Parts: sequence; structure tokens; C-alpha cells
Amino acid sequence: MTETPMKVERYTRTSRVGLPVAAVVIIAAATVPAWGSSVVTKQAVTFLTLVALAQMWNLLAGYAGLVSVGQQAFVGIGGYSLWVSSNKFGINPFVCVPIAGVVAALFAFPTAGLAFRLRGGYFAVGTWVIAEVYRLAVTQITWLKGGSGVSINVGGISRGTREAVTFWLALAVAVGSIALVYLLLRSRRGLALTAIRDDETGARGLGVNVTRSKLWVYVIAAFGTGVTGAVIYLNLLRIQPEAGFGLNWSALMIFAVVIGGLGTIEGPIIGAIIFFVLQQLLADYGTWYLILIGALAALVVVFAKRGIWGSIVRRRPIDLFPVRRRLCLETVCFPEDAPPPSSPTDLPPTLVKPAVVKPPGDGEVGPSEAAPGKLG
Amino acid sequence: MVWANDIIQGILLGGLYALFAAGLSLVFGVMRLVNLAHGDFSIMAAYISLVIVGSLKVNPFYTLLLVMIVMAVFGYIIQRGLFNFAMDAGPMQAILATFGIAIIIQNLLLEHFTADSKGLDAGRIENAFIKLSNQVVIGWFPLITLLVSVLVLFGLQVYLSRTRMGRAFRATADNQRAAQLMGIDNRHLYGMAMAFALAIVAIGGVFIGIRTTFSPSAGPLRLIFAYEAVIIGGLGSLWGTLVGGVVLGIAQVMGDHAHQGWGMLVGHLVFLAILAFRPQGLFARQAQ
Repeated sequence: MTETPMKVERYTRTSRVGLPVAAVVIIAAATVPAWGSSVVTKQAVTFLTLVALAQMWNLLAGYAGLVSVGQQAFVGIGGYSLWVSSNKFGINPFVCVPIAGVVAALFAFPTAGLAFRLRGGYFAVGTWVIAEVYRLAVTQITWLKGGSGVSINVGGISRGTREAVTFWLALAVAVGSIALVYLLLRSRRGLALTAIRDDETGARGLGVNVTRSKLWVYVIAAFGTGVTGAVIYLNLLRIQPEAGFGLNWSALMIFAVVIGGLGTIEGPIIGAIIFFVLQQLLADYGTWYLILIGALAALVVVFAKRGIWGSIVRRRPIDLFPVRRRLCLETVCFPEDAPPPSSPTDLPPTLVKPAVVKPPGDGEVGPSEAAPGKLG
Repeated sequence: MVWANDIIQGILLGGLYALFAAGLSLVFGVMRLVNLAHGDFSIMAAYISLVIVGSLKVNPFYTLLLVMIVMAVFGYIIQRGLFNFAMDAGPMQAILATFGIAIIIQNLLLEHFTADSKGLDAGRIENAFIKLSNQVVIGWFPLITLLVSVLVLFGLQVYLSRTRMGRAFRATADNQRAAQLMGIDNRHLYGMAMAFALAIVAIGGVFIGIRTTFSPSAGPLRLIFAYEAVIIGGLGSLWGTLVGGVVLGIAQVMGDHAHQGWGMLVGHLVFLAILAFRPQGLFARQAQ
């Protein structure tokens, strides 16, 4: 086995093509405010922020195994931070967007301090309770105008400018969230995260500081969600505690991620597209879109738990974002570029032994269901 | 005496919360599933009662048995048809599936019954009370709720400790695989656990409909209160859920007394304080 020249590589044929294509798409998308109507631009902001929310939730659940049903806390905090910093302190509303992220990240520390005492499903409801606490606190604080909500006044900025800059901010948030997850996963910390995702106990045994890694992911996700919340409310211009801290934000991000594919970068994007398209198609039928998407998500999570993207790339190296590693022996790589092997016995004998080189990003989703010995 | 009244009202309210918490606790105990749709199931039960009351023109109390049966059958079916498969897919998948069901129920109720608040009219009993002093007044209905709650918990305990099925529940809770090797059909058992849980939460749903009003979006709050009662009382402790509910109820009543509208917030803060200083709960069977 040691005789075989072998290397581990990340880039696949698709990703070599994919990244330049993505760059072209982003540049093309940036021109939307120039030709799109006000309605189109606003809809585009809705879609782009959905992508960002989904990416952030996927980072939490897909990589750190933290199923939060309380991320609406950070959407609300982001929205209210935007209002406080722009309307109370007179800061330029566009500058307030990153500030909102910082505020959300600061709130993430005490939130995590309490919620991290709970595990699994209890963590999920715990985050939800804390989001409720934030909502109730806002409704009781008269300085924040209580339950009636506030209108965000953008001062002397013209409508066209506001819409265009909001769009670019939304684009930046969407692309930024993808880039953030991508870079994070390719870093040393990302390796720790994928190890945690595949087998938490195993990762701990190999010296990964699981709690600290999870805390960082939680804070980063809160930052991203807070920034996105600010962009959302820069688009909507009116925030109420009921809506800002509403459970529907969680439904939005969870369904998009689950349908697209948990634990992949491409999944949340695809899920967001499906969610957005269904929402638009069924716009005239009240909340039926949410019922349909909820049913779709419940079925996907149970019967195709890798989601749409995850099911596609299970054995094919067509990742657009190369975060997985592949084992290459002479001329052939695993997973192969060609149609996938139908069963493990199809693999050449050389590959049966060195299971140690198994790509860390290829395992099951969820920390607690990993098969023993997966990490070698 | 004002505070005494608060405590009494809190205890009575706690009885209602225990009705929601018992089912949540049972499902988690037997199959390690946190059912995020639990609150929505209770509101669904309230709407079923509303429909029956509307068509048969009877007192909601008489619908109780029928609603419980409907919810139990529904619980068995959804457990065997979906949640069992979700649990096979993984613990995270199971939580997410229940979340999907929660959102579906909320929005189906919204589409069918609109967002208007509804109530169940139980007649004179709603306003009947026992006057102990000028400041201490006990409503008959809250008292009945507490008694029913104690009765349900007692019945559940007897069932779990004395019957064959109850033994199977406990065995599965302790070690699912070993229980399965002993011939326990865990898929059927899980269905039965969900059926029991939903029958109990159906009582809670009908009672909440009589006690106050409800709307399609009322479910999550029911889940949260039930969950707080379970955590405060201590995971895995049946009577702990009653104590947890009572602690939560007293906190809410006192909070509202101190400042109108603070009740829920104070309840949450007590829960968070327990989480911070005694995360295993007041009556934990074992440290979490």
C-alpha cells in the first residue's frame, strides 16, 4: 500500500469550474438594482437574506450539531440594534448593519452560557425559551417602544439609494455567509468541526475542545444572523417584537436547510431557492406554502436525511465548494469523477485498508449517531 | 394574605401546566424524543373539542373522553407513520420532524379556523368559586384542574409501576436494545407512549380552552411552559413535573401581581435561574 503514490486533494472538476462561475453570477447579480424594479429588488433581498439565515443555521446544526429553534432571537436583536443605533444614536443605517452583528454576537455569550447546559432536543427548546425572553423583554422596555414596534427612519437617504445599498448589503451577507462557512470549514477549526459532526466522542478523544468549538460556532452564527436581521429590517423598515422574534424565522431557516441538505454548503442555497420559489408560487394562498414546505421538510428529514443536495453528492465529487478531501491513487480519485461504485466491494483492494484517510466531510450528519470506529 | 392568594393561584395554575408537562415527560422518558409539536397537539385537541361542542351543542366537559380518544389514535398513527422513522434517521432528524409537524398544525389550524381567539364555554362552573377570605378565593374550575392533574399523574404512576405495558415502558426507557431483545416491540410501544401522551395533553388542551381563550398560534407557549415545568422539576421525575408546574405557576402569578404583563417573563427567568444554578432540576432522578 505504501508503494502506491497517493495524495489527498480537495478540488474536484466541478469546483474548479464552479468557483469562477460563482464569481460571474455574483457580479451579474450585483447589477440587479440598476435594471430591476423596486419590487424585484426587494424580493431579491428577501431571497438573499434567506440564503444567509439558512447558511448560519446549517453551520450550527449541520456542523456543530446544535439544533437551535431560537435563532429568531438574533434576527430580532439585529433588527432592534439597527433601529437603536440608527434612530437613537444617529449612526448611518448602513453602518449599523455590521454593528447589529456585533450586538447579536455579544448576546450570544450569555445565551450560550445557559443553553449549553442542555443537550439535544432540550437544547432546542431552551434556545426557544431564551428567544421568548428577549421578545418579552423588548415588549416590556418602553425605551424600545414596547410591543407596538418601531419604524426605522433612514433619515435623508433617498429611496432608490436605500433600496440599492440594501440589496448590495443583502448580496454581501449571502455571499459572505457562504464564504464564512467555506473558509471556516477549510481552517483548522473547521477540521475540528467536521470531526465533531462525524463523531463527537471520537473528536474529543483526539484532543478537540468540543465545547469551545461549539461556542465559537454559536457566536459566529449569532453574528451572521444578527447582520442578516439588520438587512431584513432595512428592507422592511418596520419591526415589532412579535415578528422580529417570531418562530417563523426558525421555520424559514430550518426548512431551507433540511430540504436542501444538512451539513453541506450547497444544501442551504438549494433549499432557499426551493423555499423562495414555493413561497412566490403560493403567495395567493395564505400560509399554505408553509404547510407544504413543512410537510416537504418533515418527509425529507425522515426519508432522505441528507436532503436534496446531500443525496446527489453522496458518492459523486461534484461539490461546488471544495471542503471535502478526496483520496487520489495514481490516476483515480475517491469518490470518483466517474459514476460512483455501487457498493463498497467495488473498491479496489488498496482502498479497503486505509480507512484512516476517509474524508472527514463524508460521514453521517449528526454527532450522536456516528458508527463506532468511523474516525479510525 | 395577598401573597397567600398568589401562592394558591400559582399552585392551581401549576396543576394545568403539569397536564401539559406529563405527556412531554413521558415521551422523552420512554423514547428520548423531545416533541416540539406537543403544545400544538394540545391546541389541536381544544379545536377538536370546539368542533364537537359546535355540532352536538354539549358542555365541553362531555367532549373530553372523545377528544382524548381521537388524540390518542392520532398520536399512535403519527408515531408509527412518521416519528418512528424519524427516530431511525437520527435524534436530530426526530426533533426536526416534530418541528415540521408543529408548523404544519399551526398553519392548518390558522387556515381552517382563522387567527381569531376561540373559547370553550363550560357554563356556570367557569365562574364558581370558594371564598376562604376576602383576599383568598379559589375557583372551582382551577381546583378541578389541579385534582385532575394529580389524578392523571397518580394513574400514570400506577400504570407504569403495576401493569405489563408499564413495565415495558420502563424497560425501554432504561435500555431500548435490551428491552427489544426481551421481545418488546418498541415501535408499537412508542406508538402507545405517544397515544398516552396525547390523551393526557388533550385534557390540558380542553381545560385551557375552558379556562381562557386559544388561537392557532397558542401551541408554542404551551410547549414552553410544559418544558419549563419538566426542567424545573427535574428530568425523569413524574411528580417533579407537578412541582415544576407549581413553581412556574407561582412565579407567573407573582410576576403578574408585581407588574401587569411581567408574569410570563418572571416565569422564564425562574426557569433560567434553575438552569443556571441547578440544571438537573429540583427532583432529578439522576444528574443530567
